[in-house]
Amino acid sequence: MSKKLRTPEEALREMQNGATVMIGGFLVVGTPETLIEEILKKGVTDLTVIGNDTGFPERGIGKLIVAKRAKKVLASHVGTNPETGRQMHAGETEVVLIPQGTLAEQVRAGGAGLGGILTPTGVGTIVEEGKQKIEINGKEFLLELALQADYALIKAHKADEKGNLVYRRAARNFNPLMATAAKIVVAEVDEIVPIGKLDPDEIVTPGLFVTYLVKREAPCDE
Amino acid sequence: MSKDIKRERIARRVAMELSDGMVVNLGIGIPTFVANFVPEGIDVMFQSENGFVGLGPAPSPDNIDPDITNAGAQPVTILPGGACFDSATSFAIIRGGHVDLTVLGALEVDEKGNLANWMVPGKIVPGMGGAMDLTVGAKRVIIAMEHTAKGNPKILPLCTLPLTAKEQVDLIVTDMAVIEVIPAGLVLKEIAPDTTVEEVVAATAAKLIVSAHVAVMAV
Repeated sequence: MSKKLRTPEEALREMQNGATVMIGGFLVVGTPETLIEEILKKGVTDLTVIGNDTGFPERGIGKLIVAKRAKKVLASHVGTNPETGRQMHAGETEVVLIPQGTLAEQVRAGGAGLGGILTPTGVGTIVEEGKQKIEINGKEFLLELALQADYALIKAHKADEKGNLVYRRAARNFNPLMATAAKIVVAEVDEIVPIGKLDPDEIVTPGLFVTYLVKREAPCDE
Repeated sequence: MSKDIKRERIARRVAMELSDGMVVNLGIGIPTFVANFVPEGIDVMFQSENGFVGLGPAPSPDNIDPDITNAGAQPVTILPGGACFDSATSFAIIRGGHVDLTVLGALEVDEKGNLANWMVPGKIVPGMGGAMDLTVGAKRVIIAMEHTAKGNPKILPLCTLPLTAKEQVDLIVTDMAVIEVIPAGLVLKEIAPDTTVEEVVAATAAKLIVSAHVAVMAV
């Protein structure tokens, strides 16, 4: 049995109101639904949620938005969840929209010990407002700061008992990046295999990044 | 002309811009249909910014894999030779100039090649998703859209909506015309078989440079 294996309740026991939580997935593909259910059950609120999007009202991060658990959301796209737009326009939830590639790099930088990254994306648009512009070889770049979190809740396909992770198809997306950028990393997985059953070459996230493993309870085909 | 016919005409014309070996990213909406009209004998690789190349057609209902969708959450397939990767690699491909062509929809495009397609302040603010990175990073940017919206021009002297990116659009393909963006402005290159230069000019708020020989769109 894996020393890292926890129930959803045990894995999120220390999560406090006001925590910053990264949640993996792209329009609910590769989103840890079991852990999202646990946040809802546990009742923590005032969260800052960092994710690619806010899913759909009934699925993924969308459920946290509908239940008003987030005070702030950082995402690249919220159009598939009308409730996010409603809360944003009503001033109930702060929504920061970030270009998808910038968000990915901010998370990567946060996990890699970098202070931020320089990107040409957003130059000449409202995204550049309030940001430092740096010219390199005649081209303008925006300084985008690194992101880190208290928790990263990620979804992988398989883990071994050491917490090494393998992803499947398009369900990888932000998950391996977020796995590097939080104090506590909880990986929700479909399957846990014994040590030695994963080829070291196929492992995408080394287990050293993973604090806890949780078995997925939601049906995989949802 | 129905929306479907317009959409097919635009997609067919954009597809003629594809060449063998290209890596291509198609946006949501009309651009998605371009994949249906890849010319015979041309092999292009479609990139899906949610994390793979080798984007293939929709599967039959029995063969849907919940882990394989396009960036619009529709079930798709990954063709043999495809590859999966995380979001940082996906945007290294996009921003790093490894995408030869992106085809995107637009709310507005202007004479400078500025593009607005991600928000209408106070009304719809869905977010930019990957559009800002694609517009800045792809080697060539083609806008595929209807020429007007409810009769109002979408090709303007200057965009009024918040920009997606500054001066990045290379070509505009609509149901009425093909327009190239050059430093001097917008050049009318082709018109649809069922319209006239005068009608295109009237439906365009931006100034058009009408080339001496405006061709008829082969669609």
